[in-house]
Amino acid sequence: MSTTENPRPAGDDHSLATTPGTSAAPAPTAPVGEPENRFSTAWREIVGGSWGVSVGAVILALLAGAVMIAGTDETVRQTATYFFSKPGDMLSAVWTTVRDAYGALLRGAIWNPAGDTLLENIRPLATSLTYATPLIAAGLGLAIGFRAGLFNIGGQGQMILAAIGAGWVGFALDLPAGLHLVLAIVIGVAAGALWAGIAGLLKAATGAHEVITTIMLNHTAYYLLFFLLATPGLLQAPGSANPKTPPMKETAILPNLFGTGFPLHAGFLLALVAVAVTWWLLERSSLGFSFRAVGENPKAARVAGIDVKRTTVYSMLVSGAMLGVAGATQVLGTSTTGFSTDVDAGMGFDAITVALLGRSTPLGTLGAGILFGAFKSGGATMQAAETIPIEIVTVIQSLIVLFIAAPPLVRAIFRLPTPGTAKAARRVRKEVAA
Amino acid sequence: MSAPTTVPDEQSVSGQLRHVEVISKKFAVVLTAATVVLLAIVGLVPREGEARFRLSGGSEALQIPSIAVPAMPLAWASVVICVVLAAVSWVLWRSGRRTPWYVGIVFAVVFLAGFLGWAGAGSSNDVPISNLIGSSILLAVPIIFGALGGTIGERAGVVNIAIEGQLLGSAFVAAVVGTMTQSPWAGLLAGMFAGALVALVLGVFTITYRVDQVIVGVVLNVLVLGLTSFIYSQVLVPQADLYNSTERFPKVSIPVLSEIPIIGSALFHQSVIVYLLYLTVPAIWFAMFRTRWGLRLRAVGEHPLAADTVGIKVKSVRYRALLVAGAIVGMGGAYYTLVSVSGFGKNMTAGAGFIALAAVIFGKWDPIKATLAGLLFGFSTALASAMSIVQAPVPSQFMLMLPYVVTLLAVAGLIGKSRAPAASGTAYVKE
Repeated sequence: MSTTENPRPAGDDHSLATTPGTSAAPAPTAPVGEPENRFSTAWREIVGGSWGVSVGAVILALLAGAVMIAGTDETVRQTATYFFSKPGDMLSAVWTTVRDAYGALLRGAIWNPAGDTLLENIRPLATSLTYATPLIAAGLGLAIGFRAGLFNIGGQGQMILAAIGAGWVGFALDLPAGLHLVLAIVIGVAAGALWAGIAGLLKAATGAHEVITTIMLNHTAYYLLFFLLATPGLLQAPGSANPKTPPMKETAILPNLFGTGFPLHAGFLLALVAVAVTWWLLERSSLGFSFRAVGENPKAARVAGIDVKRTTVYSMLVSGAMLGVAGATQVLGTSTTGFSTDVDAGMGFDAITVALLGRSTPLGTLGAGILFGAFKSGGATMQAAETIPIEIVTVIQSLIVLFIAAPPLVRAIFRLPTPGTAKAARRVRKEVAA
Repeated sequence: MSAPTTVPDEQSVSGQLRHVEVISKKFAVVLTAATVVLLAIVGLVPREGEARFRLSGGSEALQIPSIAVPAMPLAWASVVICVVLAAVSWVLWRSGRRTPWYVGIVFAVVFLAGFLGWAGAGSSNDVPISNLIGSSILLAVPIIFGALGGTIGERAGVVNIAIEGQLLGSAFVAAVVGTMTQSPWAGLLAGMFAGALVALVLGVFTITYRVDQVIVGVVLNVLVLGLTSFIYSQVLVPQADLYNSTERFPKVSIPVLSEIPIIGSALFHQSVIVYLLYLTVPAIWFAMFRTRWGLRLRAVGEHPLAADTVGIKVKSVRYRALLVAGAIVGMGGAYYTLVSVSGFGKNMTAGAGFIALAAVIFGKWDPIKATLAGLLFGFSTALASAMSIVQAPVPSQFMLMLPYVVTLLAVAGLIGKSRAPAASGTAYVKE
């Protein structure tokens, strides 16, 4: 696929300049050796280090969410009016509301106890992974950008262009099964990469700030899709006046992994491949090394012989390709009955938080993507079952990222020990900043 | 690049540096590109009839009648003038001289006259010139407030990605407080307070806890969007009368000024918040470049260590700057629910904060230039709706795309590389 081929030619260009550096590439997250008691060090690392902080952050965010759910509940507010005469009423109302809400969240995200078979039980988990698929891919795109020092807010536009490309191949062409799907994905990924490449090219050629150009490209892509959908003969479904595409052809749809009726499609495997490719790219390839070098310090990278402008273009291309994967899996796997202007579903922006939560590492992004997918799936169930608006999930997610980003705050609240020496504490901060 | 550079030559031996100004040909390139676009439009899609320009907005005492101009001759005349101006720019570039700024303005006016004439040809509706100016301002107000706040923050060394969140949060609070107190003034104050509150959270995390500023900004946007949407669905929608139907600021005419032909009613028959904007822009410019507060603010943003060394309290300067900036963005947010419409809607700012962020960078971290960038954006959005009024032969989606493409081209073509305040984006650790 094009995602794996992209780095090759670039890597050759820089191999001479960067090979010596690759072996000497500093591992910024290397654990600080502690000569004393290993067990207690490990314990301190777990409780005080990033794991303790992460769990603490999730607990804090869920607590804040519980306060909001209870605070806006009708029964709770009614019982609160006579709180001082009968406090038990309000407390039990709070308990019931929050328990039902988070129960539904869990039921929708991981395990459905009402199912008869195991497959029915874990169906929500499959839904979560389906929701996670585009988030993982898009998060990887953002993470690559962050590592290369670029803030690609243009995820929305790149996903839209990918959807246009993949969707058009998917419904307009007649090709044999297999080839059709591959071509649709390739075109989608290429479209996403090229749209991001515009921003990279503008930055390299004129110095235009990528934050501005990608925002503008988002809106441009939106109206482009709107135009294509509203004009008969382009993307609009024939015989319809709605701004919506026809459904994808059978040959272009990502197959379900566990048979029909079970939601998880092959796009999830694609996302996993993307994680592996990104890991290899960032940690093992010379192109990825030049990305990171430019991201850390463009001036030093230039002195070391890295073509900064070219690296900027390449990193935007790769970043856009990942968002292209997200857009392609969305139209070829999740909403196969045709898409309209909301095809990106805000995921270009969600991906920013996913990448931040994953600290711009491939595996971290994978975990963060799955977590957010689970929240999305559970939030939908919560909205349907308990009529709690799904936006509460957005609040909880953003609070998690906010708390994880500020380890001292979480440690202070839970009175967790500060891990190791001051050196280790600084390292944690650096990781967050990365 | 257009930055002046010093090149050492023989004379430098004697201690004299010759200043060589490198004149960029960007200006000429942009003028040429625009001319080609206009030529292509006029040449490929000829139109018939007359274009009528409406020059009065409605409230002036002196009404100017609409003027009708034969469309194609006007368009071709504009093309010719544009070609001449572009040629002048090239000649100046060849002879090593900078194209004067007023050439750009004349070019823009001529270009627009030709384009509007072409677009309005044969239409049953007038091209509403006065309305175009008025709605440019209306659309630009929240963006300019946001850009001003962003400029102050970045000058002090704190990147504010959370402008969108500040706008949305203050729009929400202004709506709720404005409805509950039934006073738009209380709503405005509450909106400013909400903007400052978001700024305070940004400050606590970035200045005190030294979390990456971009992370906090992005997350705050999401957080505010989630909070406001959640409370909106849970509380505001079921009880809209109690919480979400504001009394809007009325339009006020300024005597004499609002009687100026063409621009009078567009600029001076507006609501209070717009007049506050007129006052805020020069006030911020003055405060930033002519007062001790501004000097300290910029010092902290450029070189916090040096500022600290001479006794400036870096953290408190940054906190105060952020809070002021938050209150200013809050005015822009309150504008949504106290002037534009009389109630809050889910995600009603719809990315205006990001446009404001673009305007900050586009305006090179200067309050006046950021304001102009915001106005350019407002104008191109207004132009899009004017085009649909005269039923120009362009798909409406392309007209709606226009402001973004214009900004994209302007940033890439005219502005190019912009230099942020040196310490912007980094937390200061006292040693």
